[in-house]
Amino acid sequence: MTEIALKQASETREKLRVEDLRKSFGAVEVLKGVTITAQSGDVIALIGSSGSGKSTVLRCLNLLEKPNAGRIVVSGEELRLVPDRRGELNAADPVQLQRMRARLSMVFQQFNLWSHMTALENVIEAPMQVLGLPKDAAVARAERYLARVGVSHRKNAYPAHMSGGEQQRVAIARALAMEPEVMLFDEPTSALDPELVGEVLRVMRSLAEEGRTMLVVTHEMGFAREVASRVVFLHKGVIEEEGAPAEVLVSPGSERLKAFLASSLK
Amino acid sequence: MIDWALIAESLPAYWRGLQVSLLLMLISISASFVLSVPLAIARVSRNPWLSKPVFLYTYVMRGTPLLVQLYMIYFGLAQFEWLRESAAWPLFRNAWFCAWLAFALNSTAYTTEILAGALRQTPNGEIEAARSLGMSTGAIYRRILLPSAVRRALPQYGNELVMVMHATSIASAVTIVELTRTARDVYYNNLAPLEAFGLVAVFYFAITFTLVGLVKLLERRFLRHLQPKSADPAPVRA
Repeated sequence: MTEIALKQASETREKLRVEDLRKSFGAVEVLKGVTITAQSGDVIALIGSSGSGKSTVLRCLNLLEKPNAGRIVVSGEELRLVPDRRGELNAADPVQLQRMRARLSMVFQQFNLWSHMTALENVIEAPMQVLGLPKDAAVARAERYLARVGVSHRKNAYPAHMSGGEQQRVAIARALAMEPEVMLFDEPTSALDPELVGEVLRVMRSLAEEGRTMLVVTHEMGFAREVASRVVFLHKGVIEEEGAPAEVLVSPGSERLKAFLASSLK
Repeated sequence: MIDWALIAESLPAYWRGLQVSLLLMLISISASFVLSVPLAIARVSRNPWLSKPVFLYTYVMRGTPLLVQLYMIYFGLAQFEWLRESAAWPLFRNAWFCAWLAFALNSTAYTTEILAGALRQTPNGEIEAARSLGMSTGAIYRRILLPSAVRRALPQYGNELVMVMHATSIASAVTIVELTRTARDVYYNNLAPLEAFGLVAVFYFAITFTLVGLVKLLERRFLRHLQPKSADPAPVRA
């Protein structure tokens, strides 16, 4: 009895667990068994050179890419997976997949806002369609999060009429409006002009300070050092090193991480 | 010399012809739009059992003249005794029904390809964003794919409307007295080709001009998100 209670308690603390994630593109194995656990409030920075598989990890978590092996557990609920003919894992139950995706909302490198909708319409869409919120509640929620990321004044603008930084902040508001358990950021500042990176990083830092659980694929070493609670260094599909940023980034153990940090600090 | 009296005298007939032409166009494009939405979705499907038959359909319809299609439906089908004895015969004996069917099926083929092309142009990232937030496939089509594709297809669809309008003149070949048939009757009765066909050209031009204007209005309304930044309304201060 107490064991079950303890297990439940530990599971509510644990927001996300991915075990032994493997993924191949054709003959190339890009993920060779990646295991990551995020406790509530963790901000995990996934770093690594391009091609290390860090974006693929994120995209496998919500099945935008189908992994070849692995387990995905969100707040104690495991995503049920079945292999297809090509050996890739698909969701056994599409409804469960939609529910899990709604709890892991994602922010993309290219923002991926819906171009025919205004900022406000972008943010109310998924809460209405997926969570079943009535329109007035969705609008109230959207306005709260648009204000939270500082783009309220652009709520009636279309994505093409906004700057990259504004678009990415709307995209963050869209992800926030799902009130997810874990937020996934896939290189959120890589497509931005240098002078716009700061405004997006500031929003992300304030979200981290609120205690949100975040998984961030990033090239921003400053952000990883100052904001992340844990840094995971991925190299050729395996976790080469992980730990607190003060240890991993300041005194890297492996030659590879040393080389990566040296090249990314240039 | 232009016979203005003849033109004034035949205007009421042209007016009736115009109404027939417009009605033919409206019922044809309504049917073709309704049919082409599901067909376009099937056309871009990854399942060949869905996409190939639609491709074959649009290929055949776009590869043969509309006049031939209309003849096949109106005259050709009548050769089948089982059809003449079936309950559907009163329909297939009717020139209006046959013209509507031919125009609708023909325009469906073109509209399907226009819509399918617009669907294929949807940025993949927009679909991924919808999937990543937990939207179902049905919701993604209903809320993201179709609304953005229909908007993107609008300029081309405007051309298709004009083509259908002009194609209604073919209905004159199966006894329907629309604009072109009216003009031909006026010509035969008065042997005044310039007046008869010149006037009908003016009518067609006026309709085309109106259609193009309507589509432009729709574009201004629904393609705001693609217009240059200056067209953006003043930001609302929160």
